[in-house]
Amino acid sequence: MPFAYLLPRWLQRTLSRFFHYLALILIVVVVVVPIVMLVFAALKTRGEVMSQPYTPPNPVRWENIQSILGGAVFWGMLRNSLVVMLVVTAAVVVICSLAAFVFARMEFKGKNWAFNLFTLGLMFPINIAILPVYLVLRQMDQMGVNVIDSLWGVILVQVAFALSGNILILRGFFTAIPAELQDAAYIDGCTVFDFFWRILLPLAKPALASVAALTMIASWNDLLVPLIVINTETLWTLPLGTMQFQGQYGQDLALVSAFVALSAIPTLIFYLFAERQIVSGLTAGAVKG
Amino acid sequence: MQSVPAIPDILKLKRASGSPRRFQDILVIILFLLPALILFLLFVIYPISQSVYYSLFNWKGFGPAVDFVGLDNFKSILADRVFLIALRNGFFIIVFSLLFQLPLSMLLAVLVGRDLPGRVFFRAIFFMPFVLSEVITAIMWLFIFNPDPDRGFLNAVVVLFGGKPVSWLGNPDIVLLVIFVVLTWKYFGFHMLLYLTGLQNIPTEIEEAARIDGANAVQSFFRITLPLLGTTIRTSVYLSVLGSIQQFILVWIMTKGGPVNASETLATYMYRFGFVRFQLGYGSAVAIYMFLICVIFSLVYQRLTRRPDYLTGL
Repeated sequence: MPFAYLLPRWLQRTLSRFFHYLALILIVVVVVVPIVMLVFAALKTRGEVMSQPYTPPNPVRWENIQSILGGAVFWGMLRNSLVVMLVVTAAVVVICSLAAFVFARMEFKGKNWAFNLFTLGLMFPINIAILPVYLVLRQMDQMGVNVIDSLWGVILVQVAFALSGNILILRGFFTAIPAELQDAAYIDGCTVFDFFWRILLPLAKPALASVAALTMIASWNDLLVPLIVINTETLWTLPLGTMQFQGQYGQDLALVSAFVALSAIPTLIFYLFAERQIVSGLTAGAVKG
Repeated sequence: MQSVPAIPDILKLKRASGSPRRFQDILVIILFLLPALILFLLFVIYPISQSVYYSLFNWKGFGPAVDFVGLDNFKSILADRVFLIALRNGFFIIVFSLLFQLPLSMLLAVLVGRDLPGRVFFRAIFFMPFVLSEVITAIMWLFIFNPDPDRGFLNAVVVLFGGKPVSWLGNPDIVLLVIFVVLTWKYFGFHMLLYLTGLQNIPTEIEEAARIDGANAVQSFFRITLPLLGTTIRTSVYLSVLGSIQQFILVWIMTKGGPVNASETLATYMYRFGFVRFQLGYGSAVAIYMFLICVIFSLVYQRLTRRPDYLTGL
C-alpha cells in the first residue's frame, strides 16, 4: 500500500494486523480443507457422497464408521500397530539411552570412531536402505529366524533405523548434565550403573519423553517396512491396512474416507497430548544435529 | 566451555587402570553399547556392504548370485532414461523446496512470531500435517485431485470459476508440481517449527536496538534476523534435501511414478526393480547410487557450511 502512511496510525496498525491474520487464515484453510473433506465424506452414505459431495453431512451418518468398527479387521490392524509401536518405543528408549550414556559420559579408545559409525546411519535412511535390508531379512528367514511375514521383522528394522537419530538427541542431553554431578556421585560411592540409573535417567526424563514420542509417531505411521515384511492379512498394521483398504474399496468413497479418518484419529489424539514432547524432540535433534 | 574442576587425587587413584573402577568401566562400555551395535551392524551396515556385493551380479533372487557382471549394472543404470528422469525429478523437488517451501515456512514462522495472539493455535494447525502418516496424506489428496468435478474438490472449485477440469495426476507436464504441492502441505510445518525455535533463541534486544537505530522491519529481518538464524537454516536445508532425495510413499500411492514415469523418484525406481521386477542385482546398484548421493551431499554440505557463525549457539 503505497499511500499507507497518509492514514492515521491506529488505522495503519489495524490494517496490518488484518492482513497478517488474513494470510495465516488462508494457510489454515489450505491445511484443513483435505481433512475436512475427508471427514465430511466419512459421515455420508455412498449415495450422498455422489449427489452432494462437498456439503457438510446432513444428517450425520454413522453407518460407515459402525460397519468398520463392527468388524474384526480394523481392530486387528490397530492391535498389530499398537504391539509394534510399544515394543519399538520401549526398545529404542532403552537401547539408545544406554549407548548415548557411553558416548556422553565415558572415555575409551575408538569412541569417536564408533560414534561416527552411528552417524553414518543418518545418511542411510530406510527409504534408501529398504532393498538391502529386505535381502538381509530374507537371508535370516532362510536360516530359520522367522523375520519375514512376522511383526518381529518390522520391529527389528524399525528399531535399527531409529538408533542413529535418537542416540544423537540423547547424547546431547546427557552431555549437558554437569560433570560435577558425576564426580560427586562417584565420591559418594556410586557405581557407574548407579549413576546412570539413579541420577542421569531421572534428570533426563523430558528428553526420554521426547525420544519416546518421536519414536511412537514414526513407528505408528511407518508403511514401508510393514509393506515389504508382511504378507499375511491378519498381520497388517494400520497404515498397510489403510493402503490395502483403499486399493480394494477405492470406488466407495464414503467407506474409504471413514476408514482413513478412523486410522488418523489415534495419531491426532496422541498429537494433542504429546505436542510439547514431539516439538522439543524434533527441534533438539535438528538444531543440535 | 567451563573447564571441569580438577578431580581429587583419591579419585584419580581409584580410576587408575587395572583397578576395580576401570574394570567396571570397561564392562559398562561393552554391555551398554552391545545392543545398539549389534542391531546397527546387522540391519544398517551389513545390508550396505552386502548390496555392494550383489550390485556386481545379474541376480533374480533365486539361489545364490552367480552371474557376475562387474560394473554393468552401474553402467546400464546411467544409460537408463527412466533413471535420469528420476534423478531430474529429485533435483526438481530439491530446487522447488529450497525456492518455495522453505521461504514459505520462514514467512509463516515470522508471521506467527513470538507474541501474536492465537500463535499456539496456528502453530498446532500448521504442524498437524507433519504428524499425519504419509498413507493418510496420500489418500486424502487423491480424493482432492480426482479429475471428476463431482468427486474431486479441486476440480469442483475450478469448474465453479468457469474453468475446465484438470487431470492433476494424469498429466505428465504438471504431475510433479502437483506432488510438490502435497509435499509442501505435509512438510512446511516442520520447517516452520525449526525456524520458530530459532527465532525464539534470538534475544529481542538485538532487534529492538536495530529499530532504535532506524532500521525498518524488512531491513532488520534481512540484516539481523536471517543471519542469526544461520545454523537453523542450514539444518533445515540439509534435512529438506535429504528428504527430497528419498521420497517414496506419497509418490507411490498417488501415481506409482507415472504417468509414463513422469513422477518417478529414485526410491520408486529402486522399489520397482527390487520388489516388482525382482532384479535384485540391478536394484542393489540403484541403492548404492542413492547411498553415494546422500553421503557425498552430506560431506560436501558440511564442508561448505563450516564457517564462523555470527553468534555461536544459535
